[in-house]
Amino acid sequence: MLKIEGLTATVDGKEILKGIDLEVPTGEVHAIMGPNGSGKSTLSYVLAGRDGYEVTGGTATFDGVDLLGKAPEERAALGVFLAFQYPVELPGVGNANFLRTALNAVRRGRGESELDAMQFLKVARARMKELSMPEDMLKRGVNVGFSGGEKKRNEVLQMALLAPKLAILDETDSGLDIDALKVAADGVNALRGPAFTALVITHYQRLLTYIVPDRVHVLMGGRIVRSGGKELALELEASGYGAPQAA
Amino acid sequence: MSQVVHTGAEGFLHRYEGLRERLPGARLPWLAALRAQAAESFRAQGFPTRRVEAWHYTDLRQVTQATFDEALTAVEDDIVLPKARTANRVVFVDGRLRSDLSSWPTMATVASQIGRIEGRIALPDEPMAALNTMLFEDGMLLNIPAGTDAGVLEILSIASESARPTAFHLRHIVRLHEGAKLTVLEVNQGPAATRYLHNPVWQVEVGEGASFTHARLQQEGALAFQLGSIYATVAAGGTYDNFTLNAGGRLVRNEIHATLTGTGATCHMNGAQLLGDGQHADTTTFLDHAAPGCASRQTYKTVLTGKSRGVFQGKILVRQAAQQTDGYQMNQALLLSPDAEMDSKPQLEIYADDVKCSHGATVGELDADQMFYLRARGISEAAARSMLVRAFLQEAVEGIADETLRGALETAVEGWWERQGEPTP
Ligand SMILES: Nc1ncnc2c1ncn2[C@@H]1O[C@H](COP(=O)(O)OP(=O)(O)OP(=O)(O)O)[C@@H](O)[C@H]1O
Ligand SMILES: [Mg+2]
Repeated sequence: MLKIEGLTATVDGKEILKGIDLEVPTGEVHAIMGPNGSGKSTLSYVLAGRDGYEVTGGTATFDGVDLLGKAPEERAALGVFLAFQYPVELPGVGNANFLRTALNAVRRGRGESELDAMQFLKVARARMKELSMPEDMLKRGVNVGFSGGEKKRNEVLQMALLAPKLAILDETDSGLDIDALKVAADGVNALRGPAFTALVITHYQRLLTYIVPDRVHVLMGGRIVRSGGKELALELEASGYGAPQAA
Repeated sequence: MSQVVHTGAEGFLHRYEGLRERLPGARLPWLAALRAQAAESFRAQGFPTRRVEAWHYTDLRQVTQATFDEALTAVEDDIVLPKARTANRVVFVDGRLRSDLSSWPTMATVASQIGRIEGRIALPDEPMAALNTMLFEDGMLLNIPAGTDAGVLEILSIASESARPTAFHLRHIVRLHEGAKLTVLEVNQGPAATRYLHNPVWQVEVGEGASFTHARLQQEGALAFQLGSIYATVAAGGTYDNFTLNAGGRLVRNEIHATLTGTGATCHMNGAQLLGDGQHADTTTFLDHAAPGCASRQTYKTVLTGKSRGVFQGKILVRQAAQQTDGYQMNQALLLSPDAEMDSKPQLEIYADDVKCSHGATVGELDADQMFYLRARGISEAAARSMLVRAFLQEAVEGIADETLRGALETAVEGWWERQGEPTP
């Protein structure tokens, strides 16, 4: 279970998260919606451990383990995965080398054996086929010259390969065409199960017709201001966020 | 009893006076005259100080304050050599050819006999070249006949262990006749605890349509000084390809002068400088476009850790005759420590009107977003840093087509990386 209590955080001295309370029971998928600038990406960065995002109060644990004191790579080894809203380009780092290094790092963390280049290629090719990604993307620099949608697909590929226990998807649907959206949703749904927990950040109800969430939360002004079932997304789509309601 | 200690230019001139009768070729009047002329030039100029514009960023006081013993010492017999990287290797120990340890291709004329260089040796008007001319003992003479592919040759210079500082001045002369081809892998090494000065000079003449690939691994000992220069001319349709990895030494200056003398000549100068605590490395290039339709490409990458200092100075001169010149120069540095420093000085001097010439320079740190992206995928901080540094170097290294060269460079990069206490991913 992901359990966040009273989480406050600042960026460059500015308070962005103002007391987040959120519980995602193991096996569930929750959606987070909310207006631009409300702190959704900030929350995902804080959970993944990005430098410069200073936690000033509260706690965040995953399966009872404190996340906030750990280095990003330690969180990844615990099974935390963040699909970036803006995937980073790494010129000069081959995608295959990157994916294999990441996969082996996470496998080491799980106490599994590392994959050699051949074993890796077999696994990667299979996953890429499922995501209808051309194989030559393995040869290119990580995200370099990828279109917006291709970058997002590359995030989904990484998630599929690393098979995390807790996936945080930050607007993975933005920039995806309709077919790619279904493919990305299939990627998440394939991982769904009693041991998989996810936080899906999105602006669009459409994604949630493919990835049906157990709960929907609204983040506004650095706080979760509303929570409800999957029908809440439909309501928000129709009427907008409006003024925050009393919790 | 007191003994006069000679340092700096004084010290080397004193050595020349003492050694001149014993230097190789001492009885050849033309060579004796050339050395005397070089001595005059060196006496007049001395070691450059930082007041000399071209030496503004490199302070030679460490060199000028040291005393060097004469180089005409008996050559060590029990020298341990690194594994040969190519079938043919020529070995110089402390600046002297060891023919017993060397082999070279029969296709090429290879000789270090001083008598054969008459008329081929030039005296560039630079103090470090003058120092070399005054005192050189040995070197390669590679004279590749027209249309011949001489393959790959490794030239290893190694310093032996010595309690007292030594100096040696290799002089290499390379001439490729029309359509000839040659690849040289030049390796410079020495023991970690010996202070020595290596002052090599290369004279390179690339004939019409000829192609010379010159890859250099500078891995001198940690206390060593290297003050080296290359003077190359490239005739019409010829190519001079230089790649230099500067990874060793305490104070290193690597000067490359290339003149494109014939239509359609090409010159690539790429390099990487990998510097750790206490090291100073200076790459200074001078590209002279003297003929029309020539292309030059320079890509230099410097990675600095600890308290180290890197320098890049690059001048592109496009003479009036050199219309349709295509010149490019990029110089980038990555600072991995707050104590490291990089100085860059690109210069364009253009007298022709129809040219395409550009240059750029960047100095930066590792990108925080890139680091986080890698670490968020489970990759350790050290491994992430290593991946990004390799990625940074990639562009300078990728131009190297030859597998042997690539392998040797890759190994050298790994070795440097391990010495910095970082794991290789
Ligand atoms: N370095 C920074 N300095 C100051 N403010 C910052 C900094 N980084 C982010 N912010 C601010 O934090 C707020 C929250 O940003 P965040 O990216 O978390 O929003 P979001 O909910 O993900 O928005 P969107 O839906 O547009 O992706 C914004 O107002 C943003 O401008
Ligand atoms: Mg966002």
